[in-house]
Amino acid sequence: MIISVASGKGGTGKTTVAVSLALSLARKRPVQILDCDVEEPNAHLFIKPSIDKTLPVFIPVPEVDEAKCTFCGKCAEVCAYNAIAVIKNTVLVFSELCHGCGGCSLLCPEKAIKEVGKKIGVLESGAAGHLQFVHGKLDIGQPMSPPLIRAVKKSINTKRTVIIDVPPGTSCPVIEATKGSDFCLLVTEPTPFGLHDLRLAVETVRQLKIPLGVIINRTGLGDRDVEAYCQKENILILMTIPFDREIAAAYSEGIPVVEAIPAYRQEFFEIFERIEKTAG
Amino acid sequence: MKQLVIISGKGGTGKTVLSACFATLARKKVMVDCDVDAANLYLLLHPEIQEEHSFSGGKKARVDPDKCTGCWNCLDVCRFSAISQEEDGKISIDPISCEGCGVCSYICPTKSITMEKRVSGKWFVSRTKYGPFVHARLGIGEENSGKLVTEVRKKAREIAETSGLDLIIVDGPPGIGCPVIASLSGTDMALVVTEPTLSGSHDMERAIQTAAHFRTKTACCINKFDLNFKLSRQIEDWCHKNSVPVVGKIPFNEVVPRSLVQGLPLTEFSENSVTKEIIKMWQELLTLFSKEASPK
Repeated sequence: MIISVASGKGGTGKTTVAVSLALSLARKRPVQILDCDVEEPNAHLFIKPSIDKTLPVFIPVPEVDEAKCTFCGKCAEVCAYNAIAVIKNTVLVFSELCHGCGGCSLLCPEKAIKEVGKKIGVLESGAAGHLQFVHGKLDIGQPMSPPLIRAVKKSINTKRTVIIDVPPGTSCPVIEATKGSDFCLLVTEPTPFGLHDLRLAVETVRQLKIPLGVIINRTGLGDRDVEAYCQKENILILMTIPFDREIAAAYSEGIPVVEAIPAYRQEFFEIFERIEKTAG
Repeated sequence: MKQLVIISGKGGTGKTVLSACFATLARKKVMVDCDVDAANLYLLLHPEIQEEHSFSGGKKARVDPDKCTGCWNCLDVCRFSAISQEEDGKISIDPISCEGCGVCSYICPTKSITMEKRVSGKWFVSRTKYGPFVHARLGIGEENSGKLVTEVRKKAREIAETSGLDLIIVDGPPGIGCPVIASLSGTDMALVVTEPTLSGSHDMERAIQTAAHFRTKTACCINKFDLNFKLSRQIEDWCHKNSVPVVGKIPFNEVVPRSLVQGLPLTEFSENSVTKEIIKMWQELLTLFSKEASPK
């Protein structure tokens, strides 16, 4: 069972929920948590795993052998990302634009292009007690997170219950992190921003044909429109977490809510049981 | 002309709330929302849309099943796991996974795969009571958010130039990847908004390092600074060590979500401890800008 935790809007409490769910379940069953928010991974700040493996992650980018190159321009013609250009007798590679599709090397008539690895980040894995932990960390200045997210997801251990912390937004990194999940938990806040981005997130997850449920965080601040929307759209509200300075203070120090207020453990466990029923 | 971008690394620290306040405080400027995935600034600026443009970021592969012979050459070359085999032996392409590289269409021996341009978003030029506003909406699950950001920023520059406006204020996206880099590049300053939490400061450091990587000057704002004084102090120390001026420390106040519910920039909702600090911060930013303008 793979459960992803996403949100649309940032800062609504994805990491809080993913970590709390993982820690609560890990007391009763084997669990793995993957932090796929590789631009800004935060789950480790709460789980404090001991990292026993760090692997660099590369994407293939072209390297041109100018001795073989006839400057025919085929590579530039086939590159959909403008990552390679031929100007007179020079081939320029813009590796930060390269998606690593391999088209240029495959289609070069002179076989003058080979692929070399360019490091975009690291994959770190380890454990905190019985909880297995994996995350990716994108290198500063690297634009492309999806290949690193793919690398994190290759570590999925299907023998365990897998919890995925998804990056914010609705574009390609979110799709990459969420696809293949059996259930998606959407975390939102009761404000017009929260509602606006929840609608987009719901649309995204529905497009992926993944069953979903909502957690409303920090209720009491804002309004009731998110609840009204969920009722109208027939969306399961699995939990509401009231705004509480005690939770906020614990969060600020990297203390998971289930450790600050242990009564939440049972609630997260019950959520999981409901998810199991819904996702089959 | 000067460009200010507001970023944070971590989402939900208050970028859009601050951008909306700046919209009410700044004169002669163009407002831009570059969080094209989950654009929220329009909820506070209430734009009257004047121009609507469609955005076509990339192409997607489409297969003609009548021509496909089921040779599966494409299956082997696709690096994005977008192609799978159907029961009848022919292939199908998952448009969500396809990154539009087109390699499959080049190698298909029967030319049964075509690359189709598609509309993947929209962008708008609007009028607001605070001046011109350029914003966008990327389609669900689409790529090329960076390209759309670049498009929107180009339009904002054009408007600023033709209307004689000397400032562009960009509400940026969370993270440090492609759309953030596109929002940052060529700006004069990035205001990094953080909060006194371990996540907030961890993500702020990565955001500031990203800006530094692209040689953009930064200033820092600590939002809800009174939720954890110890961490706020640590953030200030880190900023001091890294020569990043802390231009604002904004207290936590439940008036902020209330102003959102009313759909108003905080500075127009009520006068309170938060708005006072925001107005002060805006003055600080203007001073930083003017220092920068004078040659040394």
